[in-house]
Amino acid sequence: MSDTHAGEVLTTQDGKPLKVALAKALRREKLRALALIAPLLIFVLLTFVAPIVDMLFRSVENGIVEETLPKTVVALQEWDPTSGTVPDEAVFVALYDDMAVAVEEKTHTRLGSRLNYEASGISSLFRKTGRGIKRMDEAGPFKEQFIDLDKDWGTVETWQVLKRFSPRYTPGYFLNAFDAQQTANGIELKPEDERIYMYLFGRTLFLSVAITVSCLLLGYPIAYLLSALPLRSSNLLMILVLLPFWTSLLVRTSAWKVLLQQQGVINDFLVWTGIISDAGRLVMINNQTGTIIAMTHILLPFMILPLYSVMKTISPSYVRAAKSLGANDWTAFWRVYFPQTIPGIGAGAVLVFILSIGYYITPELVGGTSGIFISNRIAYHISSSLNWGLGAALGTLLLVAVLVLFVVYDKIVGIDNVKLG
Amino acid sequence: MANTRGAAVKYDSVQKSYDGETLVVKNLNLDIPPGEFLTMLGPSGSGKTTCLMMLAGFEPATHGEIYLNDRPINNVPPHKRGIGMVFQNYALFPHMTVAENLAFPLQVRGVGKAEQQDKVKRALEMVELGAFGNRRPAQLSGGQQQRVAVARALVFDPELVLMDEPLGALDKQLREQMQYEIKHIHENLGVTVVYVTHDQTEALTMSDRVAVFNDGVIQQLSTPDDLYEDPQNSFVAQFIGENNKLNGKVVEINGSECLVEIDDGTKLKADKVNVAAVGDRTTLSLRPERVEFDTVDTMDNLVNGRIEELIYLGDHIRVRMNVGGNDEFIVKVRNRGEKRKLAVGETVRVGWALNDCKALDAVV
Repeated sequence: MSDTHAGEVLTTQDGKPLKVALAKALRREKLRALALIAPLLIFVLLTFVAPIVDMLFRSVENGIVEETLPKTVVALQEWDPTSGTVPDEAVFVALYDDMAVAVEEKTHTRLGSRLNYEASGISSLFRKTGRGIKRMDEAGPFKEQFIDLDKDWGTVETWQVLKRFSPRYTPGYFLNAFDAQQTANGIELKPEDERIYMYLFGRTLFLSVAITVSCLLLGYPIAYLLSALPLRSSNLLMILVLLPFWTSLLVRTSAWKVLLQQQGVINDFLVWTGIISDAGRLVMINNQTGTIIAMTHILLPFMILPLYSVMKTISPSYVRAAKSLGANDWTAFWRVYFPQTIPGIGAGAVLVFILSIGYYITPELVGGTSGIFISNRIAYHISSSLNWGLGAALGTLLLVAVLVLFVVYDKIVGIDNVKLG
Repeated sequence: MANTRGAAVKYDSVQKSYDGETLVVKNLNLDIPPGEFLTMLGPSGSGKTTCLMMLAGFEPATHGEIYLNDRPINNVPPHKRGIGMVFQNYALFPHMTVAENLAFPLQVRGVGKAEQQDKVKRALEMVELGAFGNRRPAQLSGGQQQRVAVARALVFDPELVLMDEPLGALDKQLREQMQYEIKHIHENLGVTVVYVTHDQTEALTMSDRVAVFNDGVIQQLSTPDDLYEDPQNSFVAQFIGENNKLNGKVVEINGSECLVEIDDGTKLKADKVNVAAVGDRTTLSLRPERVEFDTVDTMDNLVNGRIEELIYLGDHIRVRMNVGGNDEFIVKVRNRGEKRKLAVGETVRVGWALNDCKALDAVV
């Protein structure tokens, strides 16, 4: 590529190095292009990227202990949590000072509920201490007074939790998201009956795969039909495929409720025809079946469209050639047509899978308890339990899971094999 | 055609309609003997490709029967007909290598691995692509893809090979080269070839016989030289090679000759080909290279013409003249380094033999 010979630098007519002149000429074009996309870029940065980064950051952020109990945190640095004894008087003095300020500012209950995520009971400990602190003797000694107020101050576990969560950043939320916890003995899994997130992640993945597969099985023939029919009929069919896009998601999901419930249209029809007995009505909603059916319906266009756009480019002469060479219908399809549609399958599958893995509203409405996704749990933590840190950690894990799957997909199928149109 | 191992094809009153209202192929009867290279030539929409597709089995015949080696094949699905086919855009499978493409017809026939490899190798060598087996079709040039397509259509030793405008996508030089290659392959193998094209040069160079299609009907079926020398109607005369038209009326018929009075009143002698009776309208057809400037009085036809335009083409000079009221009358003059110079505006005497002038059906 280089036109420069042994040390000779090409220059323009007026003696400037050619590369400098070229870069200068190109810079103006780049700036102009940047100016064109700047409004959108700024909008996306402000309204999309920044809030997400801020939210994800909450999954490790833990300034609350240091902010509420600054002196205690410093004093606790001396204390060895593995010693098995409660910290000495100096720490309790610091605690008294901090709590006095915190109660004044009413921040101690917030800290209580934050630490309650890690060890239950701490919230009430802080509330109780907040109420009792005014009655304490200001002269000390504080250790006995605190232990008198609530005997939890005399247990090593309470102080271990305080010490463990005093740094500004914590892995606690992530451990929680992995169904693990930090104990005095290091990181270990929670008791069996308290593990829920890994199970939910597993279910989310399983249901997403099921939805992707059923979308593929239902969408492939339709996409083929779309690409093979003459223009007039294929346009009509395309409108039917796109129809769900023009209907509100809630309407569609509610329609499934009407259809699938035990006293619903489908069950009524099956009972009427005598296929099932009145007692044996099928449970098709508020469980995994409901989620798979409703979400397959909603995500089907995302499978059909990439498949269609790929199939449209496959000339019918390939299949004809295969047949003229002696292949029967199945061989011609499987050996010649199908391999050429793989880019479309890849694009559709990635699209449907990623959309479904983060889906919220449909599982919420038709999923019951056995058909809900991890995203429903995230929503619960963001809007009901207000444990934003855990919600953020779960969200980050979901994001990472999608990215990992994407990389795996890239390794197996190749991302440049994905064709959307 | 020393070692003929081709198949015989017969179309028996075949008709084809797509919409039930118009016939794309009107009553086609055609016999193709084993080992023949037959070209179906015609403008687009003339029904030639439909005829090929019916033979391949991709379109059902609306009426009539097609026979392959005297066996009716209307109800035989395409993959059981054993016909090799070369498609317009080659239809090489893009996800397979060249060797896999060639092995495909052998695999689906259950040919053993060793024999597959052997045959693929031989087929690739036949088209001089021995070293390209591991490439993908997209990595080959247009001409190479074309050769692979031909090799693939021949690798399973079919008795009949169909080619649907196989050279249409190539540039002129490559096309000419491939014409000879395909012709030689046909001569060496002796298979029957049915070749569809709209390019008359292609048809004339390669074929044993050419069927000229127009409007769903074979206008003329004959050898290339017959087609050029003895066109049976105005369409063929017009479609094959260059042609001068002179419209007129038959005034006299003498056996195989006739006298025609063209529209400006000049009387010309012509070969009676496609006129029935005195008084009929007719179009005279005359090849540009058969018109002479060095006239002698014994020539059958002598007329005056005014030179309108001269186009220098190296080996010959195209002279556009006004003859008998037709100012698109073209004469080709061989470049012999002549002393005599033609000039635009000059009126000269030109002449031609009776046999070179065909009285055909009238073109409106």
